[in-house]
Amino acid sequence: MLNIAGVHKVFNAGTVNEKIALNNVRLQVKSGEFITVIGSNGAGKSTLMNIISGGMLPDTGSISIDGKDVTRWGEHQRAGLIGRVFQDPMAGTAPNMTIEENLAIALARGEKRKLSFGVNNQKRELFREQLKLLDQGLENRLKTKVGFLSGGQRQALSLLMATFTEPKILLLDEHTAALDPKRAQLIVDLTEKIVERHKLTTIMVTHNMDQALNMGNRLLMLHDGGIILDIPDEKKRTMKPQDLLKAFETARGGETFSEDRFLLT
Amino acid sequence: MNLALMGAIEQGLLFGILALGVYLTFRILNVPDLTVDGSFALGGAVAAKLIIGGSNPFLATAVAFVVGCLAGAFTGVLHTKGKVNALLAGILTMIALYSVNLRIMGKANLPLLREETLLTYTKALGIPNLVISGVTLLTGVAIVFAVGVLILKLIIDWFLHTDLGLDLRATGDNPKMIRSFGVNTDSTTIIGLSLSNGLVAVSGAWLAQFQGFADVGMGIGMIVIGLASVIVGEVLFGSSSIFRVTLAVIGGSIVYRLVIALALQAGLDPSDLKLITALIVIVALTVPTFAKGIWKKQVVRTVKGGTDGA
Ligand SMILES: Nc1ncnc2c1ncn2[C@@H]1O[C@H](COP(=O)(O)OP(=O)(O)OP(=O)(O)O)[C@@H](O)[C@H]1O
Ligand SMILES: [Mg+2]
Repeated sequence: MLNIAGVHKVFNAGTVNEKIALNNVRLQVKSGEFITVIGSNGAGKSTLMNIISGGMLPDTGSISIDGKDVTRWGEHQRAGLIGRVFQDPMAGTAPNMTIEENLAIALARGEKRKLSFGVNNQKRELFREQLKLLDQGLENRLKTKVGFLSGGQRQALSLLMATFTEPKILLLDEHTAALDPKRAQLIVDLTEKIVERHKLTTIMVTHNMDQALNMGNRLLMLHDGGIILDIPDEKKRTMKPQDLLKAFETARGGETFSEDRFLLT
Repeated sequence: MNLALMGAIEQGLLFGILALGVYLTFRILNVPDLTVDGSFALGGAVAAKLIIGGSNPFLATAVAFVVGCLAGAFTGVLHTKGKVNALLAGILTMIALYSVNLRIMGKANLPLLREETLLTYTKALGIPNLVISGVTLLTGVAIVFAVGVLILKLIIDWFLHTDLGLDLRATGDNPKMIRSFGVNTDSTTIIGLSLSNGLVAVSGAWLAQFQGFADVGMGIGMIVIGLASVIVGEVLFGSSSIFRVTLAVIGGSIVYRLVIALALQAGLDPSDLKLITALIVIVALTVPTFAKGIWKKQVVRTVKGGTDGA
């Protein structure tokens, strides 16, 4: 379904700040897989997401989705296939537009834009129905500007918008990291519910080892621009955060994992 | 009301179209576009030339719109495809247009004295002045202008609520987000700049016919006048919805003209006009920033912990 072959990405090539963000990354994702991705700061997780979404182009290597080579497609061309939620709750919605206007944009994903009203009563009905699933009371606030919502509400809305048209691939980049634990849990639950309902192929970056182990059915660990661990579902179910750290040390030949942001609980 | 103030209202309506155009770029796209000075005079030049050549004034004004769109598209392509900074792209087009306008007109000033224009058409309609208890509130010309401007406003309101219009607004509001939904923000930026400058050119074409001549220098300072109208309008009449803010922007244009007319009557030297205009914009731009600082402090105090619900 998603095939990443030999992808290389270097920043500031040829300068003292040269940084290899992705080093010959290969990854095959099957339809319906829900992959969680962990790795230390600067490991290349966000870069990998950007390469898949088309926000960045790889230096070498290729990316194909459903057998189509999309390596040279721009972000907006791939957007019909890919839904995204960003870490920053402000990033996924337009703050000065209303909830219904934001949803109308999401509903038109990948379609040719027409000169007909973006929001009509028929769409409003659909929006209300979908917003109810979020359990945030947003179904009664269609005309509220999104900028007035809380971070958690905006992230819930972003998630709904990203999955509205059932994209081939859902990319989540630490989409709960900016929220307090209670709201983060809410978004985690919603994520599982939505992914499950549409059987979405999902890649989720997280810094929370528990999240990485409890969610999804495959786990990747990135380090220094490479995938150093690829753990299948059966094995993942039996693992504890300590086991993950051990696996990391083994993979890195004794190097211990020093990462403040990792949450063991 | 005296003659000068009546004229100010007519002008305010006419420049309201300019203000709507500037609103599209400055507020909707969030791009400061300096093409305006050039495209305003371009509209005047094209319309005057065509009318002298025997064109119907409606057709001439429509052609001015199309040519203005092209000027805006040029700035848009420079900015998005050529990666030229938006301000610089606008300045480059504006400067280039100065020569283009001279070429079109053949000389620096084209009089339209005995031609059929939108103004002669308007006067021929014979709409009476609006007089209430002996005081003239609106001239017949102003009434016709008001209808014309309001029709344009409603078309813009409609456009900004279409699928394409939503994309344009989101491009100014959150480009990263709208790209992730499959919209090419280069295209929406170019479309927005085109429409904006098309409107600005219509305003220029309208002014040339209203004052009876086109002049190569008629666009100078128009961007600042447009900004003044947008900002003054928003402050005075509010900006809670698109419908409201487009009306506010036209209102801002009228208020601006009335203020200038009053200032001139009070003895302001006309050569100080541009300075006053710049000062109005500076005050209008900076005061809300200071006010916001105070407002924010209050909101943090009252909102903390409340309203959230999540
Ligand atoms: N646009 C850029 N220009 C230069 N260097 C970059 C750029 N984007 C990322 N990098 C570098 O590439 C490396 C990988 O960055 P990336 O954002 O992918 O890390 P990450 O795994 O997402 O880290 P984090 O956990 O902090 O989000 C880092 O060293 C980063 O500094
Ligand atoms: Mg990251």
